[in-house]
Amino acid sequence: MASAQTQLIEGLNALDAGLILLTAFGMVATRQVQGVMRFFIVQSIFLAISAFLIGFNRGSIHLIALGVITIGAKAIAIPLVLKRTLPNDLYERREINQVINIPSSLLLALLLAIAAEFLVGPLVSVSTDPVVHVNLPIGLAGILIGAYSLVARREAIPQLVGILAMENGAFFAGVAIASDLPLIAEFAIAIDVILIAVVIGVLTRDITRTVGTTEAATMSELKEEPYEWR
Amino acid sequence: MVRTILYNLVQLLFVLGFAPLYSGVLSRFKEIVQSKRGPSILQPYRDLWKLFHKDEVVSSETTWIFRFTPFLVFIVPLFVASLIPVLTDYPLAFAFMGDMLAGGFFLGLGGFFAALAAVDTGNPYGPMGASRTRMVGFLAEPVFMIVFFTVSFVAQSTIPYIVQQKWVASPAAFFSPAHILLLIAFLMLILAEGGRIPVDNPTGHFELAMIDESKGLEFSGRGAALMKWGGQMKFLVLTCIFLNVLLAPWGLATDVQPGHVLLAIPLILLKILLFTIVLVIIESSLAKLRLFRISEFLGAAFIISVAAMIASIFSASAA
Repeated sequence: MASAQTQLIEGLNALDAGLILLTAFGMVATRQVQGVMRFFIVQSIFLAISAFLIGFNRGSIHLIALGVITIGAKAIAIPLVLKRTLPNDLYERREINQVINIPSSLLLALLLAIAAEFLVGPLVSVSTDPVVHVNLPIGLAGILIGAYSLVARREAIPQLVGILAMENGAFFAGVAIASDLPLIAEFAIAIDVILIAVVIGVLTRDITRTVGTTEAATMSELKEEPYEWR
Repeated sequence: MVRTILYNLVQLLFVLGFAPLYSGVLSRFKEIVQSKRGPSILQPYRDLWKLFHKDEVVSSETTWIFRFTPFLVFIVPLFVASLIPVLTDYPLAFAFMGDMLAGGFFLGLGGFFAALAAVDTGNPYGPMGASRTRMVGFLAEPVFMIVFFTVSFVAQSTIPYIVQQKWVASPAAFFSPAHILLLIAFLMLILAEGGRIPVDNPTGHFELAMIDESKGLEFSGRGAALMKWGGQMKFLVLTCIFLNVLLAPWGLATDVQPGHVLLAIPLILLKILLFTIVLVIIESSLAKLRLFRISEFLGAAFIISVAAMIASIFSASAA
């Protein structure tokens, strides 16, 4: 029989999971680059809170350290890096173009969330841990919704945030099932994610310099002008 | 039995008496946030007093609908208030007269007649506002239904009192991903139904941009007072459903002692005050949406409520 404190923490983790799903929907629903970025930061903070809660419950110092790394890497470092590398007009762009309009996108995201629940159902039933029951389906939903926004967005930065949101989903599912992953592996992933942000940020900046846009739809022709390195 | 009927009447008096205060506090807080002093929190009472003492002008072109509507709009929130837990934790005399769907129907009836009365006058602004309100209404309707069905699926009942006791009795149901999603969806719904800021501007005086307000433009004197009071009560009733049934089902009187029931009044008022602060933050930090963005706002609410439903169904089948 779980103690009252354990139950309370599991409950708070479940509330947190709801908020993470909500921010995933928010990333699909917003039009502005900055709005997408803000939702990503908020999601990363909720993610860290979840790691803190589960780490406290299982007495695992790894998970707590993981939470700190998450806040440092995703809520502080990545937004700073992107803000530094990207030109301001790109970062502050409103009205992002989308392949599919926002209400239909939201419906698709909902379908993905339902699919995630279905897919995870048989997997979850072998575990009795309520944290697994909450985290696994919502983590998978986060991965799928991130992949969807990667496909549906046409601008570079929201696409990058899509990749990062997929990582967030995997993280959220991961903390529930593998709480004793070596810290060094998690640290490597956190560094990796920052590097992805730097690489894509720099690439995006150079693309805007030479082509003048980062809209994927207009980039249907090859540019064969010689490119001089600056 | 006599006591529960009496307490039910106390609930009605609570809604009747504090609805203007609620809207007064809300507008006062908003003015303070905008660095203005704002009118006194008692101003809505004075407005009602003034309107009740004025003559009523009714156009000769209107039919019985126009005269009947203010009374209906006034009385409908009171019906709903007798069905929901406002002050007490246990079902009162009229609790089993109707469930949450009945409450929705009652509010819908009031909205329907208000729209008809707006069309009845022939004033060009009335029908425009009425059609916009209907647009918001039919977009909000599915969210309402899904929220209610999810809640009743979790609690195995559609009676608000029993839902409220379910949240109190079982923390596992209270702390679930479905619950927080439901709360957000219902909050968005309250903003839409109450004509608050991301959807409608309640303080706007520009007829072309009005959604909810323009329905009452043609009413004067007693009719205007009843419409106004009814609108305020509707908002208070929605807030009570949100706070007492969904968000914070604590602080209600748990036994039939008259003292405890009276003690519940300040506790509820405190909850409403905290909620008012949240509302003011929402209203002051957002801009009014363009008319055709409202469908996206309510679409998002719909998505969230369906996600809540899915989450609760799957967690129920897993448990």
